[in-house]
Amino acid sequence: MATQEDVALTVLTAKDFASDQDVRWCPGCGDYAILNQVKKVLAKIGARKEKTVFVAGIGCSSRFPYYVDTYGMHSIHGRAPAFATGVKIANPELDVWLVTGDGDGLSIGGNHLIHALRRNVNINIMLFNNRIYGLTKGQYSPTSEEGKKTKSSPMGSIDMPISPISLAIAAEASFVARAIDVDKNLGDVLERAASHRGTSFVEIYQDCNVFNHFAFQYATDKDTKEDALVRLEHGKPLIFGKDRNKGIRLTMDGKPEIVEIGKGIKEDDLLFHDENDERHAFLLSRLMRPDFPEPMGVFYAQPDECYEDLLEDQVKAAISARGEGDLKKLLYSGDTWEVKNPHEGEQSAALHE
Amino acid sequence: MEPMMVSPSKQVLTVRSATVRFAGDSGDGMQLAGMRFTDTSAMVGNDIATLPDFPAEIRAPAGTVAGVSGFQVNFASQEIFTPGDQVDALIAMNPAAFKANISDVRGGGIVVVNEDEFDKTNLRKAGYAEGYNPLDDEKYLQKYKLYKVPITRLTSEELASSGMGAKDIGRCKNMYALGVVYYLYDRPLDVTVRYLEDYFGKKKNMPQVAEANVKALKAGYDFGDTAEIFPIRYQVDKAPIEAGMYRRITGNEALAMGLVAAGKLSGKQLIYCTYPITPASDILHYLAAMRHFGVKTFQAEDEIAAVCSAIAVSYAGQLGVTGTSGPGLALKAEAMGLAVITELPLIVIDVQRGGPSTGLPTKTEQSDLLQAMFGRNGDCPVIIFAPKSPADCFDMALEAVRTAFECMTPVMILSDGYIANGAEPWRIPNPDALPKIPVRHADESDRVDGVFRPYKRDANLSRPWAKPGTPNLQHRVGGLEKMNVTGSVCYDGQNHQLMTNIRREKVARLAKRLPKLSVEGESTGDLLVLGWGGTYGAITTAVARARAAGKKVAAAHLRYLNPFPANLKEVLASYKRVLIPELNTGQLRLLIRGKFLVDARGLNKIQGQPFLVEEIEEAIDLMLEGKYGDAEFMQPNQHHVDPNAQAIEQYLGESA
Repeated sequence: MATQEDVALTVLTAKDFASDQDVRWCPGCGDYAILNQVKKVLAKIGARKEKTVFVAGIGCSSRFPYYVDTYGMHSIHGRAPAFATGVKIANPELDVWLVTGDGDGLSIGGNHLIHALRRNVNINIMLFNNRIYGLTKGQYSPTSEEGKKTKSSPMGSIDMPISPISLAIAAEASFVARAIDVDKNLGDVLERAASHRGTSFVEIYQDCNVFNHFAFQYATDKDTKEDALVRLEHGKPLIFGKDRNKGIRLTMDGKPEIVEIGKGIKEDDLLFHDENDERHAFLLSRLMRPDFPEPMGVFYAQPDECYEDLLEDQVKAAISARGEGDLKKLLYSGDTWEVKNPHEGEQSAALHE
Repeated sequence: MEPMMVSPSKQVLTVRSATVRFAGDSGDGMQLAGMRFTDTSAMVGNDIATLPDFPAEIRAPAGTVAGVSGFQVNFASQEIFTPGDQVDALIAMNPAAFKANISDVRGGGIVVVNEDEFDKTNLRKAGYAEGYNPLDDEKYLQKYKLYKVPITRLTSEELASSGMGAKDIGRCKNMYALGVVYYLYDRPLDVTVRYLEDYFGKKKNMPQVAEANVKALKAGYDFGDTAEIFPIRYQVDKAPIEAGMYRRITGNEALAMGLVAAGKLSGKQLIYCTYPITPASDILHYLAAMRHFGVKTFQAEDEIAAVCSAIAVSYAGQLGVTGTSGPGLALKAEAMGLAVITELPLIVIDVQRGGPSTGLPTKTEQSDLLQAMFGRNGDCPVIIFAPKSPADCFDMALEAVRTAFECMTPVMILSDGYIANGAEPWRIPNPDALPKIPVRHADESDRVDGVFRPYKRDANLSRPWAKPGTPNLQHRVGGLEKMNVTGSVCYDGQNHQLMTNIRREKVARLAKRLPKLSVEGESTGDLLVLGWGGTYGAITTAVARARAAGKKVAAAHLRYLNPFPANLKEVLASYKRVLIPELNTGQLRLLIRGKFLVDARGLNKIQGQPFLVEEIEEAIDLMLEGKYGDAEFMQPNQHHVDPNAQAIEQYLGESA
């Protein structure tokens, strides 16, 4: 029988993180690509199966915990951030990954997502964004584009879509990134997310090939993607395009604009990515199609104190200030009095006045 | 307040019990005065029971009836179970307090008013007609012993040299009034003096305020002594109380302490995840101050997050507890279903209040029983315990945690506003003598043929509690139905029936391990009065009085509502009739009728107030005399029990 030490010495591969459950996503679903990348990342960062917990809400993405051989909780719709927070409060040693979708995380669970982010609980949130409700068969979601025609919006959706990245930054997130299910950058972004202390939020563009196929074709098709995306690298200028000849700079009044490099514009004139700057990150989060290429990679990363650590600190501080809680002292707190001599014989009439 | 003996020399009348109510504006410090009086009474050896009653608004307009705050205390030289029906002495600090409370004072009772406040403005604010002053009304002067004391003026005269401003001086009025009552009931001042010096002097570093309050208190007492307006003083002797160390405790305090104790006794970290809601918030306040016990409190963004995080705490291997009141429980319903299907221990506290919806936020009710029992989708049994009194909350908390760990399923504690805020003396247990709460986590031995079986069961049908972090026990739980033993997602119909039966049977089997229902009175008779929760005191007292009058009545009180005690059927069958008094429209009655096919009748009060003993006594008589007719329930109305309650017809008749 393997002891804990033996287990710790074993080098795990991506395959080791596969559970014995049949994966039941639709053939061709983007979730497969994400699952594979996650298993690779877990192996690469040296994650221990027994110390890893996957928490999910409800939806296609949220079946994820069943497919990894770690601890897992498939919870209820939208509430995964609350579960993840509870796990970390109870045991800060565990590595917690949260899997959610655009409906689960931004619609029914929008509230909880905001609060996990602002508390900076040390968890990794992966939001699979396919801009559609998959599990309930094709209604528009909070990230569906305006005018989207679906079974629940036959005349076109009149809801304004939400930007997950803008929301995360506004909610005081300490790590915000975006990646694409089939893109090589996903693994890199997840690796950085895993190493970040605090809540890391990664939006993953994911193809629902049944109800919203090609929603992200612009971002995955090799003919269009280099013009449609701009890859973020800390300290580097924002350059994009198949020929790497386009860039983004700020106008005199601080607005982003697309420029062509050469013809009087040098790389130094462009906007340089600074992932420690929150306002810059927010500005990047507003770069949207069709006016701008969409940024991919880490928008913002700023280590900050984690909720569960601060809570532990309070426990330690209270113990050092007051001594470890003494039950006897607690029960006897406040005014107490002693009854010495029970007045026997007076009881006969006690209840009947 | 019946006289036992008159001592003419001292003009002291010894009485067995007295009920005093302090009433004033919500800024008048009536809760504080009431609490101090309670502590003093407890310490001189009386048994006590209290009923704080305050408005839902933080500060309703001063001087209005909506802003009246009251605190009632019953103290006695005998064992008592209720804060008293009628008030023997009312202290009314303004006309609104007088108006709101005078009808509860018994005929011949004492009414002390702060006559300074009965001016034109305040009389108008209280809604009295122009030119009318109840203090001049013959109706009241004849019915009550009315004492007009210029409390405002006397307090400011007493503290004129204190150097404090008029506003601060005004704040000491409550202590002046308290002093007067201390004289009236022959109570010592030292307990309160010590409190004031500690609280204002040491804790708040306001020695001047402490001094002024003490001065006002003493001045009030001396006024009673020298003004000779009170012809008689009253004395309540020590009660025959079991020897031991005592303290006063409210239900919310007792729950908090019980949970802390349960954490210690089980070696688990208590993590209380909640969202503030009246009347449960005090549990959070008490626990938030107990970080040095390793206690963590998590003030979640809403009720749903609170219960979800508590479930996750249990999943991760610690003691997850969430607490709320009725509307919050409604929000927690879905997640409780998850805790049931994942078979994780969880404690859910519901401090019930008047409903539906926001209802009566500060008033008591027992109307969440059916919500607790059935308020979730699917067949979703949870264990339900209900403490019978403030002190009982401590034991219930320990028992709930022990049971949740043993059964690996949620346990709900149904408290209520009356228990939560009411206080009684509590014989402090010796913590070293409290039994440990056993906890077993899964380990390598729970692997079968090298595989962990997360839904393999023990003799109690409980599954193993495997903590994340334990090697080789990786498994997944969740809201989808699981195959028994293996825990794989499983939609098979036969398996679902099996799992549904197991979850139900797990709760049902607990009955065999719980204490049997005991009966106070003869084991057979004409009438059984069956109750649950905070009605214990009123029922017990009413039944004791009926039995003393030779009636064949017995009382039984359910502390376990799901499962019911194993012998409940037998107990019900031993009496000709069954009466179930409840502060709802008959929720336990529905369950008892449905489960046991017993023709139980109800006494149902939905007024935000606990039962008066006399209301239950009256219902007992109606039951014994067969005067309830075909009515399934009776209902108290203006201190009178109506066996054919037709309140709506009456209303329609009046409004027509």
